[in-house]
Amino acid sequence: MASSPLSDFLRSYLTAAIFGSLGFILVGLLLFLSYLVRPNRHQAQKYLSYESGVDPVGSLWSQSQIRYYIFALLFVMFDVEAVFIFPWATRVEAYGVFGLVEMFVFIGVLLLGLVYAWRKGVLKWA
Amino acid sequence: MIGLLAHTPDDLAAGNFSHSVSWSAIAPALILMLGGILLLVIVSVFRGKLSSGFFTAWTVIVAGGAIAAAIPLWHDVQEDGARSEMAGSVGLDGFSLFVTGVICISVIFAALFLDGYLRREKLEGPEWYVLLLLSAAGGVTMASANDLLVLFVGLEILSIAVYILAAMHSRRVTSQEAGLKYFVLGAFSSAFLLYGIAFVYGGTGTTNLVSINIFLADNVITQNGLLLAGLALLLVGFGFKIAAVPFHLWTPDVYQGAPTPVVTYMAGGVKVAAFAGMIRVFVVTFGPTYVNEWRPMVYALAVLSLVVGALMAIVQTNVKRMLAFSSISHAGFILLGVLASSDQGTAAALFYLLVYTFMVAGSFGVATLIGRTGDGRQNLGDYRGLGRSRPGLALTFTVFLLAQAGVPLTGGFMAKLYVIGAIVESGMTVLALIAMLSAVISAFLYLRIVVSMYFEASTDSADSEEPAELSGPPVRIPKLAGLALGLALVAVLALGIVPGPATRVAGDATAELVPEVEVPQ
Repeated sequence: MASSPLSDFLRSYLTAAIFGSLGFILVGLLLFLSYLVRPNRHQAQKYLSYESGVDPVGSLWSQSQIRYYIFALLFVMFDVEAVFIFPWATRVEAYGVFGLVEMFVFIGVLLLGLVYAWRKGVLKWA
Repeated sequence: MIGLLAHTPDDLAAGNFSHSVSWSAIAPALILMLGGILLLVIVSVFRGKLSSGFFTAWTVIVAGGAIAAAIPLWHDVQEDGARSEMAGSVGLDGFSLFVTGVICISVIFAALFLDGYLRREKLEGPEWYVLLLLSAAGGVTMASANDLLVLFVGLEILSIAVYILAAMHSRRVTSQEAGLKYFVLGAFSSAFLLYGIAFVYGGTGTTNLVSINIFLADNVITQNGLLLAGLALLLVGFGFKIAAVPFHLWTPDVYQGAPTPVVTYMAGGVKVAAFAGMIRVFVVTFGPTYVNEWRPMVYALAVLSLVVGALMAIVQTNVKRMLAFSSISHAGFILLGVLASSDQGTAAALFYLLVYTFMVAGSFGVATLIGRTGDGRQNLGDYRGLGRSRPGLALTFTVFLLAQAGVPLTGGFMAKLYVIGAIVESGMTVLALIAMLSAVISAFLYLRIVVSMYFEASTDSADSEEPAELSGPPVRIPKLAGLALGLALVAVLALGIVPGPATRVAGDATAELVPEVEVPQ
């Protein structure tokens, strides 16, 4: 029976679906089996969140220092740089001198952002 | 094969770049972007030694420089015809250059109003101007994009800067609220646009507008569900940016909360760029082949914008919200030009955008001054008695409002006349009638503000026989803001009395999709 490209395409999804549901069934089955054999004793301490053996204190919504936010933002700058440099690095020979200069221009523009942050004084923790 | 598709990885490996970078073609966007970045660097090096007047002058000069760079390109395009540059991703035609000019005009106005505003609010920082310039660079990129992905990148550069600008008044909670609302909804709509681009790519096999145009002209797609879904999603994305009903819900809140000089750019430049992108995609790319598919959708958007914008504006008591709803109704009018899907319609839409930029800059400029320190006095009551205490300002505002209403001898009348003419030419007479009805309804709104300025006593002296005076601190008009208001006033009147030159230029600003000419090796 001749199959169209589309049904071939969908069939590969079927594989993924079967594989995924097998995982769910397997985990569910194991949990169910252990439920049948394990002892079942309720204790209040068992329902506390575990925090390295220390009793949890305070609310879940704790405030964090706002200054971390600036560092997170600066991190994004370098992160974006990395995102673009990695694919560029795999093909750097193909782009030649043009590509090299182009990447330095790109890094230069991002560095200007760092210069701005530095002159604005956000790099000082005070 | 066109553009980027012509390159195989082997070509790249062998260093075969048949496309040189055409710096002149992207000069306006480059000038704006470099101007913004340079300003940031200069200011961070000479921190505290520069006055805010320098920032304003710099911004005006950079935006003027971008216009100056566009003029030789314009003559070039008029003589040698439109062309594609940068591997077919940038379209250089009269349309993109015209829009570039209008965006830069909007930047200049915003900068002139910002100058006095920042002094008054005791805010400082070149960041306002830097973001303004970067945003304009995005808008110019968007207007000249010949590729859906370049268009998207332009849109994001344009939008992200404006999200920040909306929240820049750090002491006003409403400003922060406006920024957050604009950002969340804007990011959401960008996702719609991107998803639409993905569908269009799925349906046509390319994101290049020239290639899409040629592909659709040569092939009849039997199963076009993917493409239609893509068109619908693209329309949602553009509909949000141009604030067309039903994607307008953010507009009143954001316009009300954002710093007023920023709103002059938000309602002017941003909308102009979004309309430019929309016209390029819908009219130029999908116009010849898919006009019957997208026209009903845009028709619904136009009717809703015209009616809802006009009706909702009447019940507002905050002038900035009124102007926001009136800008929604203006978007409906500009959509008429898009709907016509003809050269005449595009020219009419462009002329409307030009006039609209001046009107909106002037109106929100007056609102900036009336807001006074704190930028909060924007209720209709705050305009009472303006006719007595500041007759010049009241008269200027009256002219802008009458222009928005479409009174003859103002640019607003000619703009409405041309779009309605274009839509009648395309045979949609009913829509033309709805548009005229909407114009009449919104005329009531504009007259309400005018009546408030001239014929109502101020709240403080309502009981006494004293001449009406403005409540609160006196309205001060900084020199640059006054200059900007004067320029906008002259432009709005000139475009109404002698529209000829501007309409000729708008008529020459045709949008074309030209395949890139391969440079022989």
